[in-house]
Formats: sequence, structure tokens, C-alpha cells
Amino acid sequence: MSRIRGGHNFYQIRYSDRRVTASKDSVDILVALDLNTIEIHRKNLGEEGIIIYDSESIKKTFESPEFIDVPFKKIALDVGKNRVMENTVATGAVLGMLGTGLDALEEILRTAFKKKGEEVIEKNIACAHAGYDYAREHCPGCEKSGLSEPQDRKLMLINGLQAIGLGALMSGCKFYSAYPMTPSTGVMNFLASKAEEYGIIVEQAEDEVAAINMAIGASFAGVRAMTGTSGGGFALMVEGLSLAGMTETPIVIAEVQRPGPATGLPTRTEQADLLFILYSGHGEFPRVIFEPGSPKQAFYLTNRAFEIAEKYQVPVFIQSDQYLGDSQWTFEDFDPEKLLYNDYRLREKDLKGVEEYRRHALSETGISLLAVPGEAGKHLVVTDSDEHDEEGHIIEDAETRIEMVRKRLLKKMPLIRKEIEAPLLYGAPSPKVVLVGHGSTYGVMKEVVDLFSGEQEIAMLHFSQVYPLPERDRFDYIELLEKADLAICIENNATGQFAKLIRAETGFGFVHLVSRYDGRPFTVENLKEELHAYI
Amino acid sequence: MPTFEAYEGQTPTWCPGCGNFQILSSLKKALVELGIEPWEVLLVSGIGQSGKLPHYMKCHTFNGLHGRTLPVATAAKLANHSLHVIAVAGDGDCYGEGGNHFLHAIRRNPNITLLVHNNQIYGLTKGQASPTSARGTRSKAQPFGAVSEPMNPLALAVSQDCSFVARGFSGDQEYLKELMKAAITHKGFALLDILQPCVSFNKINTFKWYRDRVYRLEEDYDPSNRLKAFEKALEWGERIPNGIFYKNNRETLEELIPVIREQPLVRQKFSVEEVKRELEKFY
Repeated sequence: MSRIRGGHNFYQIRYSDRRVTASKDSVDILVALDLNTIEIHRKNLGEEGIIIYDSESIKKTFESPEFIDVPFKKIALDVGKNRVMENTVATGAVLGMLGTGLDALEEILRTAFKKKGEEVIEKNIACAHAGYDYAREHCPGCEKSGLSEPQDRKLMLINGLQAIGLGALMSGCKFYSAYPMTPSTGVMNFLASKAEEYGIIVEQAEDEVAAINMAIGASFAGVRAMTGTSGGGFALMVEGLSLAGMTETPIVIAEVQRPGPATGLPTRTEQADLLFILYSGHGEFPRVIFEPGSPKQAFYLTNRAFEIAEKYQVPVFIQSDQYLGDSQWTFEDFDPEKLLYNDYRLREKDLKGVEEYRRHALSETGISLLAVPGEAGKHLVVTDSDEHDEEGHIIEDAETRIEMVRKRLLKKMPLIRKEIEAPLLYGAPSPKVVLVGHGSTYGVMKEVVDLFSGEQEIAMLHFSQVYPLPERDRFDYIELLEKADLAICIENNATGQFAKLIRAETGFGFVHLVSRYDGRPFTVENLKEELHAYI
Repeated sequence: MPTFEAYEGQTPTWCPGCGNFQILSSLKKALVELGIEPWEVLLVSGIGQSGKLPHYMKCHTFNGLHGRTLPVATAAKLANHSLHVIAVAGDGDCYGEGGNHFLHAIRRNPNITLLVHNNQIYGLTKGQASPTSARGTRSKAQPFGAVSEPMNPLALAVSQDCSFVARGFSGDQEYLKELMKAAITHKGFALLDILQPCVSFNKINTFKWYRDRVYRLEEDYDPSNRLKAFEKALEWGERIPNGIFYKNNRETLEELIPVIREQPLVRQKFSVEEVKRELEKFY
């Protein structure tokens, strides 16, 4: 949320010894650092849920059995000599309730406070222990938490925005220009933090119009370039998108959605920009839209976005949303061997034998050679936002126009479509019930499929490469939907935008839509409840 | 050495007598005299009659959108600062549609040259008032005459400590060429506002109107004095000064970005192998 130090803020953590991929509504342990937290979240407390709080801090005592009074403040002052360590006490207390050891927390405290020195580290560790011991003593029923012993192997912890940034970094992105906009800013922050080490230029533009034009300018000049924003900022970029389309300049755009219209709910989530992105920009030109369902998918798809953008010289979107962007997931690993890196840009040595270079030369595939201005010997690189000839110079005649539309759009698009991967089918191989979704609903649909799989032949069909839609020759996903008794499209928007896209592109119409448009992500309980109306 | 002919491009479609012809010719001569080869120059233009200029030359060209020359030019310079990057814009293009980019380019101070064809009117869209049109300029779109005060790009640039601020006149080609050479060789963001008549739509600011008023700044004028420069920039009416109003030695954007100190961004190699260690930081 955009509340920095005032107002109510919260953070939800869900853990399990099996893989979890979605949020739940019910809370098992509520750590309340203020009274507001209790008032707002008490209703979400699960059947055996516990609220830990400090009656002295909030000046109120709760007698009800689900409350455990832990003197965060007193312990912090007694042990750490500083009230700021209250949250370390609380963290220790939670671990005490769960019955795990404190080794991991100690290690984290040592890393987090490394710069603050040994004294701060030791005091925090002492506070954690005091909180831990207090909870062990005062929460006798807590051992039944069911948490298995911590494993030795470490997992990655990464959120969607970091995954997009990491994907860009590991795809050779050298230039990122953006105007800060929640919830997309994390991508810029990530890349800026790596700028010096890896030679990346991150430029904060004066507005989103400049941001996309800068990315285009840098890409034209020969480096992999990207911009990022949210819906309102992207509204300003659409003119530039069309420029990238006309000049065949490769760019990658991260559009991290928040609920609109206008300023909307800046720190909440929605999937309502799909059709906007799909139809944005005046005129007709190719584009590709990827919408990852997890940080891992975000990492690989950002890499794929660069590969497709550079290979076909088109704009490619990584469409995400606040929920995926800000959610941290654990993973075993990301495999760098799976990353693609092909340099399609040509320099002097690559252009040997090319007598006369023409930036927009016609070809079988519609793809022209992409030379780097100034690095391509005496060859000149010319392009124009006006309709242009093969050299890149302004024209008016109908014949050239037709050739250029064929080259730029009609020839490239079918080739791009062949590269799009089939949607993911998870669950029953010949399902009677199919949950269809795109982007960030991946995790919640997957868990709900698991919940219903005992009683239903149910599957999830998840699209992370949403435009162009994959070809049906390898996997006929429309036939799968037609054969099912029930196909339900699940979307975090009010109008079923992906269902509309499927219908427009394939003719398949969904009868059933599950929509959520309150600015919150689907949770396991809430999607399950919605589906009870059908199954 | 480059020749004038090497820069020869397509035949212009500008109106006969347009000031653009002299600007084009002066630019070619300036580049030739500076010994800059066509493949060492990137011209970035916008939309307007000025935006067509690169097509009538031969060099690297990005003819982008109306008003958006400066973001493209700035980023291209950051990507490859070994190129001479020259942005070509018009008064509507740069001071209207691209006004915000103009302000921020001055702040950033990339080492690029900005040539603004300032004819105080919209030519491409056939005669509407521009941000620099005199008050009272009548047109189809301004039936009561332009009611806004004209913008003073030079005073604005000086007020923001723009690295190089100059004005030329298409009718004084020799001086214009010299001003262009000074702008191109200046280290920092260089604004050269170029007065030119629009023979089809501007019936006020004609060739004669300019010729009667324009004069070259005195030999002993000191362009390092910002306050004096501001004063000079306010001079407009019976007499209109031309020349280098102001320049300073501000550090350029490229100089302030450490990652391109050794070599241009575009020449820096990448391999997945070198960034692999980033994955470990997430464990």
C-alpha cells in the first residue's frame, strides 16, 4: 500500500510442507502490533486461530481464549533496550508458537543488521529468544501446529517484480526507462540496483511518453531496451507503442496492472487491462502479450519476451498485476541454462557482403536486417514513423504501403504465432470440468483443482502466453473445452476480458464466468465458494 | 573527408522559398566543414515540415513522433555516445507538443544538439498559431487572433541554465552555419533556435520582417554571463539579436553515468554466464 508510516498495513505469510501457490482468507496466527489490526482482521481468524498482541501497547486487554498477550514492548525494552525491536520479539514469539528453532531467524538477523554492527545484532537475537521463550511458556496448545522439521536445503524467495527484473537482467537488457508508478516500480528499483555491476542504464523519465520513446531510442541505437508502468502510465505510452510497431523497433514493456479506471485502487490488484493492451496503439501492427502466473513464469517469459521482440523486431508485453508483482514465492531453482540469448543486431563484420543496407528491406519472413547505427561501417540506418520505403524514407504511394503492411504485419504474425506455447493443462487429462484462466490466477486455480480432484474430473487450462493465442495443431484446447461438461472462465475483472479474446479469436463462447473485481485477488476459499454454484 | 554531395538526399517537397532550404544547406555545410562523416551522425526528427529534413540528407535517421525527438535522441546518445546526435524539431513540435521533454532535456544535459525550425506558425497543418506566434496572429483556428503570450524559448533555456543557447536566422546562412558548428561541437545540450519565414502561412514574420530586425550579437558580447544572457534573450521586437547568448561547462549526462565511462553501452558485451550469480542472491 502507498501508506508509508501511517495508516493500516499488513502482510500475509502462508507456509506448508507441500507447495502452496495462492493466498487464503483464513488466518491461523494474527500478529497484531496495533488495535486496528485486531479490529480489521479478527473476522478472518480460523477455527483454531490465535491472536498475539501486547495489551500494554494497545491499551486494551482481550479475555477471549484465542488471544495471547505477549509483552512485545516490555521485552524489547528489557532485553533490547529499544522499543524498535518489538517486531523481532513478535517474530520470535511466532516461531515459539510454531515450535521451530531459531537458527534461521538468527541468520536472517545477522544479515539484515550487518551494517548496524554486532551490538544491534546481538540485542535483536536476544529479543527473538525472549519472545520465543515467552510464547513457548504461555501458549501450551501451540505445539500442535503440524509444522515438520525445517529442511536443510534452501529455497529461493522471489516476488513477481523481482522476477521480471531478474529476467530482464539475464536477457541482456541494457536500458530501462520508466516513470515511477505503483505497482510497477519494483522492476525499475531492481534493475537500478544492478546498474553499476552489470552496466545497465536506468533512466527515470519525466513522464511515460518520454519513457517509451527513450526505450525506443536506445533500442534503435543498438541495445536491448525495456520500459515498465501500470495502466494509467501505459495509457500515455500507446502513441509510442505504435511508433515501435511502425519503425519495427524491438522493445519489451512490463504493464503491471492495478484496478482502474483513472487512478482507481493504486495498491490493489486487477486483470482489467488485457483488452486495452491488446487493442492499444493506433493502426495495425504486430504485438505479443505474455502474462505470467508465477514469479518463475515471469522470469522465463521476460526472457522469451526479449527473444521474440529482438527476433521479430516487435513490441512484446509482460503483463502482470499487483498481486503477482508483490507476492513472494519459494522455488527450488531457476535454470539459467533454459534462457535464450541470441544477438540479432548486426555490426560491421556481420554485414560483410551486404552492398546496400536497407533497414526495412522486404523479405520472405518480413524480417529485415537490424543494423546498429554507427557500428555498421558506412551503412546508414534510417527509419520513419511515416510510412516508408525499404530504405526507411517517407513515401505516399499505395504499392509501397501494401508491401510494408504485408512485411510488417501479415508475414510476421503467423511466424510469431508458431512460437507461442500451448496453454498448461493441469489435472484430469480428459476433464469434465475445466477452469480457464490467464496470468496471476494460475496459483489459486491450481490449488482449487487439487481440492476438487477427489470428487471431480477437473482440470485447469492456464494461459501465460495470451496473444497471439497458440495454434491448435499441437494441442487443441478449444476441442478440450467443447468436450467438457463445464468450462468456466475465471478472471480478476468485471467483464470477462479473456473470455472475449477467446471468443473473438476462436469462436468459443464461455457460458460461465467467475469474476472478481473488488481489487483483491482470488483466494482459495473464495474461488472454491464461487465454484460451488456450478459443481 | 566528407563532401557536400555525400550528404545529398531526396528532393525536398517544401514550398519554394521556404526557410528550410537554407537550414538544410547550412547543416550539410557545417557537418562537412567539421569533418563529420554521414555514418557518424544520427538525426532525430519529429513531425512538422522540419521533421522531413533528415530525408533530404544522408545519415542515420530516426524520424519519430510529433514532439518526441528529445527522449529518442537522449536515449540514443546514452546507448551510443560516439555518435553525433542532432535533434531537429519545429516550434510546435518542440515547444508545444514536446514542451515537457524540452525542459527535462535541459536539466539532463545530454551532449546533443537541438535545432528548432522556428517559423512562428504551424506549416504542416496549414497555418494555425504556434507557441511562438505573436499575440493577435489570426488564423482559421484563431478567429480572434492568438490570445496567449508567445513563448520565449531562449529566456526559458537561459533561466534553466541550459548548457548552450543560441539563435540563428535562415536568411543569414553563413552565420547560421557557424552557429551550427558551435552548437554541434559544444559539449552539452545545445539549443539553436532558428528563425525562418513560412512563405505560405505566416504573413507577419516574412523574410523582410526578419531581415529588417535581425542583427548579430556584438563581437565583445560575453556568453558566459547568465544574467546578461537573460536580458539579451528578452530583446524582441524592433531588433532581434542572433548569436550565442549563453554557454556553460556543465557536466553532461553521459559523463555522470559511470557505466559508460569506459566505452559506449552499445559496445558492451553480454553473456548469461556473467550474470548467473544473481540467482544465488534469492536463496
